[in-house]
Amino acid sequence: MGKQATRITVNGKSHARVVEARLTLADFLRHELGLTGTHLGCEHGVCGACTVLVDGHTARSCLMFAVQANGSEVTTVEGLAADGELSVLQQAFMDNHGLQCGFCTPGMLITLTELLRDNAEPSEAEVREALTGNLCRCTGYAGIVKAALDAAQRLRGGTPSQPSPASGGGR
Amino acid sequence: MKPAPFDYHAPRHLKEAAELLATLPNVKILAGGQSLVPMMNFRYVIVDHLVDLGHVDDLRGIAVIDGRLRIGAMMRQRDLETSPEVARHCPLLAEALRHVGHRQTRNRGTIGGSLAHADPAAELPAVCAAYDAVLHLASIRGLRSVPFREFSLGFMTTALAPDEMIAAIELPIWRSGHGHGFHEFARRHGDFALAGAAALLDIGAGNVVRGAALAVFGVAEQPVRVDAAEAALTGKAIGSTAIQNAAAAAWLVEPISDIHAGGDYRRHLAQVLSVRALTDAARRAGVDG
Amino acid sequence: MGAKHFGARVKRLEDPALLSGRGRFVDDLKLPGLLHACFVRSPHAHAMVRDIDSGAATAMPGVHTVLTANDLPEPMRRMPIPMLTPNPAIATPRTQTALAGDEVCYVGQPIAVVIADSRYLAEDAAAAVVVDYDVLAAVGDCRVGIRDGAPRAHSDLASNVIARFPLAYGDVDAAFTNAAHVFEEVLWQHRGGGMALETRAVLASHDPVADTLTVWSGTQTPHLGRGTLADLLDRNLESIRMIAPDVGGGFGPKAIFYPEEAVIPATALKLGRPVKWIEDRREHFLSATQERDQYWDMAIAVDAGGKILGVRGRMLHDSGAFVPWGVIMPYIAAVTVPGPYVVPAYHLETVVVLTNKVPTTPVRGAGRPQAVFAMERLLDRVARELSLDRAEVRRRNFIQPEQMPYAVGLLFRDGKPLIYDSGDYPKGQDEALRLAGYEGFRERQRVALEQGRLIGIGIGNYVEGTGLGPFEGVTVRVLPSGKVAVATGATNQGQGTRTTLSQIVAEQVGCRIEDIVMTIGDTGAIAQGVGAFASRQAVNAGCSAQLAGEAVRKQIIALAARTLGVNEDDIDLEDGKAVATTGNKPMVPFGELARLAQGIPGVSLPAGQAAGLEHTAYYTPPQAAYCSGTHVAEVEVDHMTGGVKVLNYTVAHDSGRVINPLIVDGQVQGGVAHGIGNALLEWMQYDDNAQPLTTTFADYLLPMATDVPTCAIAHVETVNPLNPLGVKGAGEGGTIPAPAAIIAAIEDALSPFNVHFAETPLTPERIVAALRAAGAYERLFAA
Repeated sequence: MGKQATRITVNGKSHARVVEARLTLADFLRHELGLTGTHLGCEHGVCGACTVLVDGHTARSCLMFAVQANGSEVTTVEGLAADGELSVLQQAFMDNHGLQCGFCTPGMLITLTELLRDNAEPSEAEVREALTGNLCRCTGYAGIVKAALDAAQRLRGGTPSQPSPASGGGR
Repeated sequence: MKPAPFDYHAPRHLKEAAELLATLPNVKILAGGQSLVPMMNFRYVIVDHLVDLGHVDDLRGIAVIDGRLRIGAMMRQRDLETSPEVARHCPLLAEALRHVGHRQTRNRGTIGGSLAHADPAAELPAVCAAYDAVLHLASIRGLRSVPFREFSLGFMTTALAPDEMIAAIELPIWRSGHGHGFHEFARRHGDFALAGAAALLDIGAGNVVRGAALAVFGVAEQPVRVDAAEAALTGKAIGSTAIQNAAAAAWLVEPISDIHAGGDYRRHLAQVLSVRALTDAARRAGVDG
Repeated sequence: MGAKHFGARVKRLEDPALLSGRGRFVDDLKLPGLLHACFVRSPHAHAMVRDIDSGAATAMPGVHTVLTANDLPEPMRRMPIPMLTPNPAIATPRTQTALAGDEVCYVGQPIAVVIADSRYLAEDAAAAVVVDYDVLAAVGDCRVGIRDGAPRAHSDLASNVIARFPLAYGDVDAAFTNAAHVFEEVLWQHRGGGMALETRAVLASHDPVADTLTVWSGTQTPHLGRGTLADLLDRNLESIRMIAPDVGGGFGPKAIFYPEEAVIPATALKLGRPVKWIEDRREHFLSATQERDQYWDMAIAVDAGGKILGVRGRMLHDSGAFVPWGVIMPYIAAVTVPGPYVVPAYHLETVVVLTNKVPTTPVRGAGRPQAVFAMERLLDRVARELSLDRAEVRRRNFIQPEQMPYAVGLLFRDGKPLIYDSGDYPKGQDEALRLAGYEGFRERQRVALEQGRLIGIGIGNYVEGTGLGPFEGVTVRVLPSGKVAVATGATNQGQGTRTTLSQIVAEQVGCRIEDIVMTIGDTGAIAQGVGAFASRQAVNAGCSAQLAGEAVRKQIIALAARTLGVNEDDIDLEDGKAVATTGNKPMVPFGELARLAQGIPGVSLPAGQAAGLEHTAYYTPPQAAYCSGTHVAEVEVDHMTGGVKVLNYTVAHDSGRVINPLIVDGQVQGGVAHGIGNALLEWMQYDDNAQPLTTTFADYLLPMATDVPTCAIAHVETVNPLNPLGVKGAGEGGTIPAPAAIIAAIEDALSPFNVHFAETPLTPERIVAALRAAGAYERLFAA
């Protein structure tokens, strides 16, 4: 059944594929493009691990078909760290222990990227409300909330962070 | 949890969409997909054809026409949440939208999709019930207008014909200075409500109620207007006792029970939340109960 | 001595990759020729399987095979998955086979597997497999299961009671006979799940040239899994390598060996192609193990001053359809009850019951939250009945620090006498109460009430046996590159194992933390291993890291001294170099020493020198390490809706010496979130026929960011005298007393209405029902 030519720009790079209509955007990113940073935790639109930006707006990539994103620009977690250095938000996650297993983390980062873009000075309550679309089972959210507030302050020109290389952590 | 195969159609015009809906077998409309796609991933819904209305420009836009706010069915919930027209003319809708899911789902979810899905606990059908919204339905047979009371037929059931789509929603704009109130109780932020209440009050001199609307949702199989409460309030001076007494009528709504809550609890909540919604509405109309 | 790492808030080495989308979870791994699996699972809680027709499915495009139990290799075809935790109390140690044979005993039990080119196609075909069932009566509730004439969870078993054991000490009858007061409570804690955000996952690949089978699994216990798989395939242990790559949360359910971990390797062997199975969330709700689900009938005997004389009762444990981890969990629950209190006499009858639900195995807390709930609810009852402050009742009953080590009078699950090694329970509670502002709370509560707000406070205390053996291993090896290779059988599902062990090794060996190259969760890297459960890795692997690091340090110093021609006492190790402290301070880098330590081909090593700079230590703890803590919850209750908001949450936690406070705080905070879920939200519901009802994240409610406050955390460190690091476990303490503290706080908030609760999760609906029964709304509406 229905295959469809689809062109999607992901993290600034254009990709053309002929895909099955039923292929979700998440599976397109993960398995067609090999961008496995976007994770699937529930595939029914609740956990938020698969959150990406579609034309600048957060969306559950498990609830979109790749064909729906034809002509769109998508940003995934792989697009957040520029030039091998962690973004301010990513660095704030590291500094504030905003992640444990790291599985929900890509979705958290994308959600907060949108929040901090739209709201330079969010309150703790606003951060928490923004995070309700993303479940984390490890952290109890404290480190994530702290990281978001810390990143907001840094982005407003507060204390600059010490950048860590995006590589490292010998494996 | 991968969906079954289907063919995908992305019409650009209303007419094209209507023709696809009329001719394709086992077809469903894809609006925002925030309720449909989970059901497809679970394979609770298996279709042969999906008609994506996301590219139909005729289904978008917000305009004030003849004292009504007209909203295209494919307007994203997030667009409405941030719309100055909605905030100015239909503040009840603006307030309700903040309770709908999460930012990520509101970015994709549409008002038309929510109304067509008709979840009894959803906020937007309740708002339409409170406003006596008129829905414009489109098909190859043309457009027809259906008042919300006739659109909403029961548990996740609407007056939409199989080949019909919602084109636009019209909400009557209440007199400037009216008050609104919206309260729901959900287990967590953004969850579907176990029960909720949406209220509108138009209050004149001497705190006398000129017009009242109270809809409760999540309680029965569809959003319900509490006519008895509205009748009890209209034409009389409003105050906390009047609100308490009027809201008691919410207890009489025939409730549903499921794994999330039993019927008695739902109507208890309906009563409590009706008091809160009406109290907010009265306060915003300038009366402190 | 190099940089001080132990005890420092060292940022995690795991983070950069995970933050930039470069984690390697099982589903991120791709192999050439990869095929995908989908399981056909029983839709019935109990049924006989009459026939399986996979003809149509096999003929579908992209489908490679459909396998049922009969198609599996010997002995896997018929052999139940071995139970690794035997106990003589278990009458019928029943575990499941990889694929069900004639009988299915829970919804979700795997019956067949479809292998196809993609998961999409595999799901298409799985829907086309036709299974003919003969549906049998099912047991959905362990209280029903023990009744005469109840349906049997397994058709060939005479009874659903799979184990029954008393645990007792002291003269409990005399205690109750002579008591000034006796109070009884009937308590229940829900069934819930671990609900790691990453579901289970298995990828298997067979290399026919070397005849090795490599299995990547999202498991907490790869070494145990390899052993089990070797048994089920009748293969040489060394021909199997099991790897737990990045794993997205564990919380207990990933510690056991599952049928899918046997079937996927078997299909990879059979087809000669790599095969991957990624569990979807619905499958996780149906077939990953769950926990809690215990019913307690308890009584406490106290003297006139509220001092405990004895505790007795009966506990029913719902084990689900099988006992893959034996009776570990009910056993732990049973011995956790006395907690930090002097309980002179104790008797608990534990009855373990089979039902037609997915098995229960340890989930974060492992039986302890239920036990602590029972004990703390009893103490709150004593306080209320005797008009005593709840903290004071606890104070009067605490084991005192000078009584340490304290023998409770029971055997723990490690078979050793349950002896608390160390701890200062009064200090822990005092610290928590101080941090929570307990003293001023009554005034805050009064002021809030004047504003129409109902707030309340609750306390939960616990002692937790952590750090269980048998052992864990760590190999430390200096490489010619100068890097330090570390391998361990410990695993990482988010606990920061890599960081913690690196801190210990770096400090011992004297290298930079970033020069450590660690292999975690790979049976190919270290011969023996156990894995993550029972908050055991900091104790077991941490001490092994310390011992192996010390040994390598000695080797480096000896070789450096010889190389530099100085005394061993005159060598310092720092930043990967051995530096002489005498003369013109010559130095030699580790890499050069590593080359020297490999010797020259054909030349004997100098006397006393080991081959390479390398040591493997397998630390075996003498007994469990007993951590403890006090939690104080402050909540607000909307008495009209039953809504509960946790306003403040305070933890005083003793996990011995803290290796990395950043990580331990994270463990505590995350554990509390799980406990809040247990107390208020999470409830895996089944109907009377054992059909699961809550199989989505919209129905089974996990705590969100708006449900969990940031905890105030104090570390009360009492050094564990029994291990070289002085550490105790930290992974589960956050969860254990949370339900007790939160339910107590809700009761306190609603004290004007005098309502009481003995169940979790405590839903808003139940709060409203209790208030209605207490006449609260008549009074309110009348007022």
